[in-house]
Amino acid sequence: MAATSFKEVFDKLNQGVVGYVVILLHVVAGSYLVYSQPRSNLAFLVFISSLLSLYFFRADNRFKILVGMLLALVIIPVIGVRNIFYLEVIFQISVFAALSLGLNIVVGFTGLLNLGYVAFYAVGAYLWAFFGSQQFYVLNYAPGTQPPDLPFLLPGDAFYLFLLVAVIIAAITGILLGLPVMRLKGDYLAIVTLGFGEVIRVLANNLDKPINLTNGPQGITPIQRPTMPEWVVDLFNSLFSGVIGHDVKLADMYNVMFYFFALLVIIAIIFVTKRLDDSKIGRAWTAVREDEIAAVAQGIPIVRMKLLAFAVGASFAGLMGVLLAASRTFISPESFNFMQSIGVLSMVILGGIGSIPGVILGAAVLTILNLQVLQGFSLYLNDLRQSDAVIPVINFAWKDLSTQLDPAKYQKLLFGLILIIMMIFRPEGLIPAKRRKRDVSVDETK
Amino acid sequence: MALLEMANITKTFGGLKAISDVTFSLEKGRIVSIIGPNGAGKTTFFNTLTGIYRPDTGTIKFNGKSLVGLRTDQIAACGIARTFQNIRLFADMTVIENIMVGMHVHLKQSPLQTLLRLPGFNREEKEAEVKALRLMQYVGLNNVENELAKNLPYGAQRRLEIARALAADPQLLLLDEPAAGMNPQETEDIIKLFRDIRDNMGITILLIEHDMRVVMNISEDICVMDYGEKIAQGSPAEIRNNTKVIEAYLGRGAVAGQHEEKLQ
Repeated sequence: MAATSFKEVFDKLNQGVVGYVVILLHVVAGSYLVYSQPRSNLAFLVFISSLLSLYFFRADNRFKILVGMLLALVIIPVIGVRNIFYLEVIFQISVFAALSLGLNIVVGFTGLLNLGYVAFYAVGAYLWAFFGSQQFYVLNYAPGTQPPDLPFLLPGDAFYLFLLVAVIIAAITGILLGLPVMRLKGDYLAIVTLGFGEVIRVLANNLDKPINLTNGPQGITPIQRPTMPEWVVDLFNSLFSGVIGHDVKLADMYNVMFYFFALLVIIAIIFVTKRLDDSKIGRAWTAVREDEIAAVAQGIPIVRMKLLAFAVGASFAGLMGVLLAASRTFISPESFNFMQSIGVLSMVILGGIGSIPGVILGAAVLTILNLQVLQGFSLYLNDLRQSDAVIPVINFAWKDLSTQLDPAKYQKLLFGLILIIMMIFRPEGLIPAKRRKRDVSVDETK
Repeated sequence: MALLEMANITKTFGGLKAISDVTFSLEKGRIVSIIGPNGAGKTTFFNTLTGIYRPDTGTIKFNGKSLVGLRTDQIAACGIARTFQNIRLFADMTVIENIMVGMHVHLKQSPLQTLLRLPGFNREEKEAEVKALRLMQYVGLNNVENELAKNLPYGAQRRLEIARALAADPQLLLLDEPAAGMNPQETEDIIKLFRDIRDNMGITILLIEHDMRVVMNISEDICVMDYGEKIAQGSPAEIRNNTKVIEAYLGRGAVAGQHEEKLQ
C-alpha cells in the first residue's frame, strides 16, 4: 500500500515543468559538487544519481537526450579526468551493465538460470588476450621463462576486428555449452552451468601446459590497446584542458577512450535487446519462460530459442571481455571466478529480472556499493583507528577495534542480505519489468 | 482423403498400455468428441498426436503427411493447434501478446528485419496486432488486450486459450476438456463458439470432454475409449445405446439391468 501511495504522490508531483527543473538542478548540483570536491564519494553519488532523475522525471524526450548527451560526452569525461577513479567506476558500471543485460536475456527473458555466465566473458577476454599479446610466440615456453623482446602477433588496431570476432566466438561457445544442457531445467540447469563456468576458469588456469595458451595463473600481459591518434588527444585538450585545469596525458586519455567504447557497446546492447524483446523472438523467449509445453504447442522450436538466448547473452559478455582485456592490458583466471557470475546474477535480481532499465540500475548500485561505499567505509574506519577517538557512551577506543572488521571484506554478506531483503519486500526488483501496452483498434486497417 | 488418419497406435508406459492398437480417422470439417472414463487414455491420445509422446507402433497421417517422429513444434506448424486440460497460458504476458505468440509460425520477420526495424517488420507486427485483437473479440473478450493473462477470470482464460490456438490458423483444433469448470450458461456460449469456429472458419474440431451435455449437443461423431482401447465410434444416438459404452461407464450390471428392462 505504501508503495502505491508513494507512486501516486510522485506522479502528482511529476508534471509540467517540475521534471525539467529537477533534472537540471540535479545535474548541475551533482556536476558542481564533483567538480569542486573531486575526492568526495558523496558528491559522486549525488552526481551519478542524476541519471535516475533523468530516467524517472517526466520531460520531453529531446530534452532528456540532450541532457544525457551532455552528461555522457562532456561532463563525465571532464570529471573523470580530474579524478580517474570515477572514470574507472563508471567504466566498471558499464561493463557490469552489459554483462547484466546479457544474462538478463538468458535468465530474465528466457527463464534459464545460468550460474556460469562469466565463462563467456572469459572467452572474449582470453580471445583478445591471446591474439593481442605476445602469447602466440610463448606457446613453447613455460610461464615466466619466455625471452624478452618478443614481437606482438597482431597490431593493436586489430582490437576493432576482434570486437566482432568475439561476438561470433562467444555466441558459438554459448551454443556449444548450451547444447548439452538443453534438456535440463531450473536447479539442474543452474548446477551444470555453474560447472561449465568453473571449467572455463580451470582451463584458463591450466592451459599453460602442454602448450602455453593462457600462461596459467600468472595471466597474460601486456595486452595491446588500439592506437590513439594524436589529434584526438589534442582535440580533447584544446576543448577541455581549461575546465580540467591541466593537459591530459595519454594514459588518462586511454581511460576516456575505453569509457566511450563501453558507452557505445552499452548503447548497442540496449538497442539489440530492446528490439529483440519486442519481436517474435522476444515473445517466443518469454513464452518459453512462462510455459514450455504451451510454447512448443504454438509451434515455437524451444531448443532453438533457448540456444539463441544463450548465444545472444554470451555474445554481449564476449564483447565486454575484449574491452576488458584491452583496457586492463592484463587478465588472469581470477577475474572470472564464480563470485563474478553470482555478482552479475545479483545485479539482475536486484534491478528487476527481465527489465532493461532495472538491470542497468542493479549493475550501477552493486558496483558503486562495492567499489565506493564499502571501500569508503573501510577507509573511514581506518582513519578512526588511527585517531584517538573513542565511541561515546560505551567508552570504546576506535584503535582497539579489530582490523578484521573491514566493511570491504563484507561484500558477500551484503550481497546476500540485499538479495534476501529484495526477495521479501520487492521480489520483482527495483524497476520491475513491464509488458508493453499496445494501442490497437480493429477498424484501423479496413 | 481424411484430414487425420491414425492407424494401430500403441503407446505404453512401462507395463501400462495407455493406448493400445487404436485406429481413428477424422474427416475435414467435422466436430468429433473423444470420451471415456478417467484413465482411458484420452489425453495420452492427444499427446501422442501432438508429438509430446512418440507412439510405439502405428502411423499418424495428417493431410497425407506422416507425423510420427516430428517434434511437437513441427507438428503444430503443420496446422494442429490445441488447448490444455488445465489452462496453460503465458501468465505474465498480456492477452494480445498471448495471441500473438500463437502466430509464431506465420510471422516471417528475420533477425535482420527485427534489428533494423525495416518497413516489412513494422507492417507485419501491426497486422499481427490487428489480427490478434480481432481474434480476441471473436472469442468474446473485449477491452482486455493489455491485461495480463493471469488477471483474467477463469472463463475468459479458457476463451483466451482458444483464441491463441486459432491464431495459428490451424486446420485441426484439439480441445482438451474445454468446458471443464464452466457453469451451464458459459457452457452453452462456448458450444456456440465451437460451432461458429467450424462453420465460419472451416476448422475441424476434435475434443475431449466429460460433460455429456456438451458431447451430445455438439458432436457429430463420438469416439469412446476405455483402458486404452477404442471401444466404439458413432453418432451420439448410436453411442448412447451402445452396450459396450454403457458397460464402460456404468459397469456390467447396468447393461444387465437394461436388458431386464427391455425384457419387461
